[in-house]
Amino acid sequence: MKRLFPHPYLSLTLIALWFLLVNQLKIGSLVMAIILGTVIPLVTAAWWPNRPRVRHPFRLAAYVILVLWDVIVANFQVARIVLFMPRDRIRSNWVTIPLDLTSPEAISLLAGTITMTPGTVTSDISACGRALLVHSLHAPDPGAVRDEIKSRYEARLKRIFE
Amino acid sequence: MILPYALAIFLACIVLSLVLNIWRLLTAPTVTDRILTLDTMTVNAIALVVAYGIWAGTGLYLEIAVIFALTGFVGSVAYCKYLLRGSIIE
Amino acid sequence: MTFALALDLFLSAILIGGGLFALVGSYGLLRLPRPMQRLHAPTKATTVGVGAALVVSALDLAGQGQVSWQEGLITLFLLLTAPISALFLAKTLILRGEADPNLPDPGTGQPWATLAEERPDP
Repeated sequence: MKRLFPHPYLSLTLIALWFLLVNQLKIGSLVMAIILGTVIPLVTAAWWPNRPRVRHPFRLAAYVILVLWDVIVANFQVARIVLFMPRDRIRSNWVTIPLDLTSPEAISLLAGTITMTPGTVTSDISACGRALLVHSLHAPDPGAVRDEIKSRYEARLKRIFE
Repeated sequence: MILPYALAIFLACIVLSLVLNIWRLLTAPTVTDRILTLDTMTVNAIALVVAYGIWAGTGLYLEIAVIFALTGFVGSVAYCKYLLRGSIIE
Repeated sequence: MTFALALDLFLSAILIGGGLFALVGSYGLLRLPRPMQRLHAPTKATTVGVGAALVVSALDLAGQGQVSWQEGLITLFLLLTAPISALFLAKTLILRGEADPNLPDPGTGQPWATLAEERPDP
């Protein structure tokens, strides 16, 4: 069983995704979904040596809702900067974020969150994977941006994944 | 009731965005800007297709939007990868 | 009838808001002066514009009795891929020296991955 399904959650996700894609509940789609859910994890198993561990799935759901809300709220701020702020008064800055997270899944989730919350874009990771380079559209004080990201997102992800 | 009017405004906004994007595509200072503009155009095109689907009252157009989302992303990443590494598949 | 009217108003408000955000994203692409700043406007504002169209499409079809799950799939896909293409564009800008030049130090004793001598797979 473990050899046939190296990543059971990935298989279940693939089955759900296939149903979303074909958009109908038929027995034929279920057969196809199960075939895909078996074959794809087997073929890609070489690139997934470890199973990602999620300790608190419900906290992860709460985190997703928090991020979606932040995306909407912060979009208004960026729209205001783009529309009304004079070009020479936009203070763009690089921000370095030292990472406390160690699992690759948590770091990629944090990087995605930073990009999707407007005003900041994850631009690079250090060669050792211990710091993120973030570009901020309007940040007169880069330290405040770093502290907010660390307390608002990274602390939550650390509780979820580690 | 008023949804068709809102839909018309939405379509106008998206078409205007696409016109602005084409203007940017023609005047972009660097290659990276062109990739960014093409990426934006894909997302705008998805919005256009979805909005037209609402207008037509059928879910069929969503399949086009799915394909656009898939190919547009792969396209922009392939362009970037070419500029970063000099080849796409290593 | 009042519920239908309320839903109609709600959907219209979402649509107009989303359209304006998409327009702001494309306008920002033209207006912002520096390449790294231009990366900000479209990656997010446009996603909100599409998100509005998808929400309205899902609710509108549901109001007509058709249930469609593909909106959820497109939303999920856009939310997952927008950060990745933004990251690749940022890496390209850094490598080609078109980003703002005063990069900070990582503070870990190693350079940024894009500029490292032996670059790992991006």
